Amino acid sequence: SKTREQLSKQIDHLLSMTGSFDDEFWEELEEILIMADVGYEASHKLLERLRPKVRREDITDAQAFKDMLKAELVQIFEEARRPAKTGTPEVVLMVGVNGVGKTTTIAKLAHRAQMQGKKTLVAAGDTFRAAAIEQLNIWAKRVGAGFYAKEHGADPAAVAFEAMNMAIEQGYDQVFMDTAGRIHTKVDLMEELKKIKRVLGKKMDGAPHRTILVLDATTGQNALSQVRLFSEAVDLDEIVLTKLDGTAKGGIIVAVALEYKIPISFIGLGEQMEDLRPFSGEDFAKALLD
Amino acid sequence: MFDSLSDRLNAAFKRFKGHGRLDAKNIKDGLREVRLALLEADVHFSVVKDFIERIKDRAQGQEVLESLTPGQQVVKIVHEEMIELLGGTTSGLDLGTKPPLVIMMAGLQGSGKTTTSAKLALYLRRQKRKPFLVPADVYRPAAIDQLHKLANELGVPAFASTADMNPVDICSQAIEEAKKQACDVVLLDTAGRLHIDELLMQELQAIKETCKPQEILFVADSMTGQDAVNVAARFNELLDVTGVVLTKMEGDARGGAALSIKSVTGKPIKFVGMGEKLSDLEVFHPDRVASRILGMGDVLTLIEKA
Ligand SMILES: Nc1nc2c(ncn2[C@@H]2O[C@H](COP(=O)(O)OP(=O)(O)OP(=O)(O)O)[C@@H](O)[C@H]2O)c(=O)[nH]1
Ligand SMILES: Nc1nc2c(ncn2[C@@H]2O[C@H](COP(=O)(O)OP(=O)(O)OP(=O)(O)O)[C@@H](O)[C@H]2O)c(=O)[nH]1
Ligand SMILES: [Mg+2]
Ligand SMILES: [Mg+2]
Repeated sequence: SKTREQLSKQIDHLLSMTGSFDDEFWEELEEILIMADVGYEASHKLLERLRPKVRREDITDAQAFKDMLKAELVQIFEEARRPAKTGTPEVVLMVGVNGVGKTTTIAKLAHRAQMQGKKTLVAAGDTFRAAAIEQLNIWAKRVGAGFYAKEHGADPAAVAFEAMNMAIEQGYDQVFMDTAGRIHTKVDLMEELKKIKRVLGKKMDGAPHRTILVLDATTGQNALSQVRLFSEAVDLDEIVLTKLDGTAKGGIIVAVALEYKIPISFIGLGEQMEDLRPFSGEDFAKALLD
Repeated sequence: MFDSLSDRLNAAFKRFKGHGRLDAKNIKDGLREVRLALLEADVHFSVVKDFIERIKDRAQGQEVLESLTPGQQVVKIVHEEMIELLGGTTSGLDLGTKPPLVIMMAGLQGSGKTTTSAKLALYLRRQKRKPFLVPADVYRPAAIDQLHKLANELGVPAFASTADMNPVDICSQAIEEAKKQACDVVLLDTAGRLHIDELLMQELQAIKETCKPQEILFVADSMTGQDAVNVAARFNELLDVTGVVLTKMEGDARGGAALSIKSVTGKPIKFVGMGEKLSDLEVFHPDRVASRILGMGDVLTLIEKA
């Protein structure tokens, strides 16, 4: 079926059929982007950016067009870049809806930090979900990071407070604060997240230095609502896109980057602690075309 | 961003003031709005195409209802067709089989299998059943612990799996154990896996072969986008699932994946997860989810009465 064909081949086919960039070509291209979860509006915007360029630069063949599309995507991700804040310890707050991969991504980032020789602490801010504390504890051991937790049901803001004390007293370089998954429309749960963030800031000026939203690459248009409401609550610095090892293209982040200009820092490519790569707009664009 | 379909249709039909009925031209415009609404709800592109064709055929032969505007007529047709596609009537679990009833959960990572297993245990106990929970995820850190804690919270027995056991052995031994404890429903919680992971998909097939579950529920996240069709098709192809559970529906996800999954697998959606609490499980109602996908609430009740 059409869905399984490569976008790149489809573009070749399209241009060989029509021989020119006619309405049909643009319409079909839009379909293809929609099928990669870029979404109707964002696809439309992206193509509106491309159309005049194709005309101006007198693009005629498929390869030149694909290069241009790639460059445009890279540009969109570049526009979303921001200067990073830091401190010692550098405090990272991980947020997102349920089951997207927050805890596993903390394990991956902590592993990375440890490998860079940073003394790393992970804090069990999910005191709600069954065995969330135990899950993070197992990861901390595997990674070789320090671990701080209170009991199940404890106030996550209290976990944040005490984990910061521990990090400062024991000279940690890096703190990762896990939080429970929450649906972005639940006002009380978003308030809880704000409180965690406030507590971190009170313990240390500038903390959390990075507030990271984890997005599942299989997510469709709802991701836009997730980004909007999490941004409004805790002001996001970064996005990590997980589960790109499946068949989902993760096209929704094109829409996210276009609309919210929040940089994508890493991608998750599996369930092990090594399965993390820095995000590259170029590679993402390539994968989208394949 | 997520305008309701009726708002869109009303806007589209405003341009046809004076035209009180559906004709080829305004149907075409109306259908364009329907198409956009479905795409924004993450219904798969090809499913949308087929759906629009069906609507078009029906709308063209439509009798004029005096009480409705053309926009409302299109909404009415779309809504009815969607309920039809989503499964018409409600279908729960088949509890009539010879005990123990074995239910196997399967799906992508993080979709909600473990939580839904526990929710179903509670649901079944309320139906005077004796459920037995089986943690068969030996991969994810603390997955066994997670289900044990949920079982404990419910006061439902669970199998004492350990991470060094083989999932197939866990499931077959657990069924024997359930019989001994006079439990009549066994819930197998399997590890999350990608549909393209050959080895892990084979493991599910092996569990199916050995345990002969009467129900295999594919658990899917309602926020899933266009890839839902690929994932659901593959799970169904390899396991011939008996039903679908759609999770995390209490938020603002439009849940178009429901329509995609139903269309590619033909399997009924049986339950909907509406929160993290174990009581947050509802039997699937096609009409509610249809309204949700179309992004409309109260207008419908008005139209339904017409
Ligand atoms: N295939 C794949 N699976 C992943 C990836 N990241 C996480 N997972 C899996 O997704 C599931 C959920 O991951 P968690 O890290 O527990 O997700 P979470 O966001 O912490 O979940 P909650 O705390 O329950 O909200 C687990 O089975 C992980 O192994 C990834 O990049 N690829
Ligand atoms: N908001 C909400 N969260 C849910 C729902 N169902 C499950 N969850 C949450 O989603 C996350 C993942 O649920 P799990 O039951 O661990 O998912 P799983 O499919 O077993 O995950 P893996 O075993 O890692 O593949 C947890 O945080 C659950 O609390 C639901 O209907 N609504
Ligand atoms: Mg977690
Ligand atoms: Mg599980």
